[in-house]
Amino acid sequence: MTRLAVPKTYKLYIGGKFPRSESGRTYEISTAKGEFVANVAKASRKDARDAIVAARGAVKGWAGATAYNRGQVLYRIAELLEGRRAQFVDEITRLEGVSAAAASAQVDEAIDRWVWYAGWTDKHAQVAGNANPVAGPYFNISVPEPTGVVAVIAPQDSSLLGFVSAVAPPLVTGNTVVVVASEQLPLSAISLAEVLATSDVPGGVVNILTGSPAEIAPWLASHADVNALDLVGAGSLEWIDLQVAAADTLKRVLPPEEGPDAAAPSLDRISAFTETKTVWHTKSMV
Amino acid sequence: MSFLEYAPAPESRSILKLRDAYGLFIDGEFVEGTGEGFATISPADESHIATISAASEADVDRAVAAARRAYERTWSKMSGRDRGKYLFRIARLVQERARELAVAESLDNGKPIKESRDVDVPLVAAWFFYYAGWADKLDYAGLGASPRALGVAGQVIPWNFPLLMLAWKIAPALAAGNTVVLKPAETTPLSALIFAEILQQADLPPGVVNIVTGAGATGAALVSHPDVDKVAFTGSTGVGRAIAKEVAGTGKKLTLELGGKAANIVFDDAPIDQAIEGIVNGIFFNQGHVCCAGSRLLVQENVHDEVVDRLKERLSTLRMGDPLDKNTDIGAINSRAQLDRIRALSKIGEEEGADRWSPDCVIPENGFWFAPTIFTNVQASHRIAREEIFGPVLSVLTFRTPAEAIAKANNTPYGLSAGIWTDKGSRILAVADRLRAGVIWANTFNRFDPASPFGGYKESGYGREGGRHGLAAYLAPGSTSPRARQTALAAGATASASAPAGRTPRPLKKGVKK
Repeated sequence: MTRLAVPKTYKLYIGGKFPRSESGRTYEISTAKGEFVANVAKASRKDARDAIVAARGAVKGWAGATAYNRGQVLYRIAELLEGRRAQFVDEITRLEGVSAAAASAQVDEAIDRWVWYAGWTDKHAQVAGNANPVAGPYFNISVPEPTGVVAVIAPQDSSLLGFVSAVAPPLVTGNTVVVVASEQLPLSAISLAEVLATSDVPGGVVNILTGSPAEIAPWLASHADVNALDLVGAGSLEWIDLQVAAADTLKRVLPPEEGPDAAAPSLDRISAFTETKTVWHTKSMV
Repeated sequence: MSFLEYAPAPESRSILKLRDAYGLFIDGEFVEGTGEGFATISPADESHIATISAASEADVDRAVAAARRAYERTWSKMSGRDRGKYLFRIARLVQERARELAVAESLDNGKPIKESRDVDVPLVAAWFFYYAGWADKLDYAGLGASPRALGVAGQVIPWNFPLLMLAWKIAPALAAGNTVVLKPAETTPLSALIFAEILQQADLPPGVVNIVTGAGATGAALVSHPDVDKVAFTGSTGVGRAIAKEVAGTGKKLTLELGGKAANIVFDDAPIDQAIEGIVNGIFFNQGHVCCAGSRLLVQENVHDEVVDRLKERLSTLRMGDPLDKNTDIGAINSRAQLDRIRALSKIGEEEGADRWSPDCVIPENGFWFAPTIFTNVQASHRIAREEIFGPVLSVLTFRTPAEAIAKANNTPYGLSAGIWTDKGSRILAVADRLRAGVIWANTFNRFDPASPFGGYKESGYGREGGRHGLAAYLAPGSTSPRARQTALAAGATASASAPAGRTPRPLKKGVKK
């Protein structure tokens, strides 16, 4: 006698909560073989705007946390991912149609990448900042600070690794993120949201939308409260239009990347979502 | 004659060896432009200085082609050591001709000679010295091993610091191994053309630096030229937006240094004497034609009256007049168009209910002049508290708590600079942490140094000029991080570290540029 499974309802992740789309819309996700898996929430413009509000509200706490604390929180995500790896392997196998070994390798790399980025939190400022020997009686120092709210179009051809590769780097320095998951491979993103919700990531730091990137991305690109736009997974969209829209508020924009090496781990991806602040401190006469 | 009056002490113009007409500087030679030429005038008396060529689209094309040739054949093959030596030569030549450059700058721009002589030109030399030393040390710039030049840089600069902005653009570009086509501002081309003579004296290889004079159309042709790899712009946020749209999807690297509406925050424990000098320097330096000017004074409420009274007293001693006079504190407004804008916004300030004050001062009959102006009783919603005036106009607002000061300071789409005046070091650190601005001056204002990165947050643009960070604007990372390389190799990707930093052409049929 086989047991009847209890399937999961896949919803959005906004402000630390799991709402359905306010529009009530869903779209069907199938396995690589075409079997029904789930009706995933199809985020609307309003959902995107709610996510941005949540992300903006979370900036102060996340950017204001100590780098050590952010590192611990990000490392905690890796710990929890490790404990739930079977779930991720199962979802990747079903949706991507790859072998369990390949899915397992993807999960391994995603976990290791979290660990790699987690370790950067309290080192990035040392590598990206410096004291400046100006010609005068000043202590002059340049330090990186988070840009603010970063909107991300996640890589579309990867369930977990692409998503992690795009979301982790802006979090390192204290940005908050609104991310549009892979349209056809969204399950890992929502399962990751469950990991985020049960680790110590404050609500609103990562907000996950599922649905049509083509529909949601223009609202993110034009929204005045978004500071940066990562188009890494937007290669098949009208991404130049998105970049043009982003120019209205002079957002920092990263271009699309293709292939398995998209959003490869690098210091540049962390620095891309930072601003350099230079402070001149006057020295007194002694 | 009171003790405040001085006999005229004009700097001699005889040091200048101006030509009647200047061509474009392309491929190491001055050539006639095919656009309609224009006159550059002295804003202090509207007198004619010289006739300037205007670069047409075809001229820009020639300049870019010269820069491309110089990049392919000469500059990209030259050792960093030799590139550095050319930059050192330029720095020395700027020092040798410093007085001439200062006089030309004050004549063409209207800024006081004491500023062009003691600030602009010394910083120009310093900028070339600083980046000269980087040319053979790029591996240490924090951009990975063997970072690569981008190719041809198209640079468009403003009229407020004509020669200094040229140095900010050209020095790092050449140190990093790029070649340059630079467009000076329409109203201030003179010092850039004298600089071209300096490049000839330095024997810089032809085409490495090309200077195309003209108006907005020339700049637009340069920015949109398909063979330009990098665009650097300093100017208004409006034009910056348009450039960001133009460049979208092309893969051209873009850095923008745009407008600002800086808060200069004075706490009640500030050293008031220094603060008054700092406020004056913050907004009246260079007639307020400074993108990082401290145009919003935020004063703690309990010292507001004292600060404003002393500020008015100090302003009454400033001397406005002939930019070439060594005793002049406030020079001429750079152009009639800018004067009109300052007048219009000041009028709006009055209409919105703020109180306007200026010292008594004699306005010269000819030329473009605007008396230093203070608005008190300014509300955060007033246009003079929100829009960049780019003139000698200070808006004074008040606050009660540090938190309120921070909130008001950050209440702007700009984020270029800010000032903090307090005797309490721990407060400086805490407030500086929370100000969203790229440059923060504590108990000082408007300091610049080639070693110190400069640039904005938010709608003040992106990228940094100055310091190690300024090199990143002109280089592509040589190799990715060791981890990324491992992943790439594991995925069978071919290493591209040795290839030149080519642009990816704008993909066809992906998006329609607006």
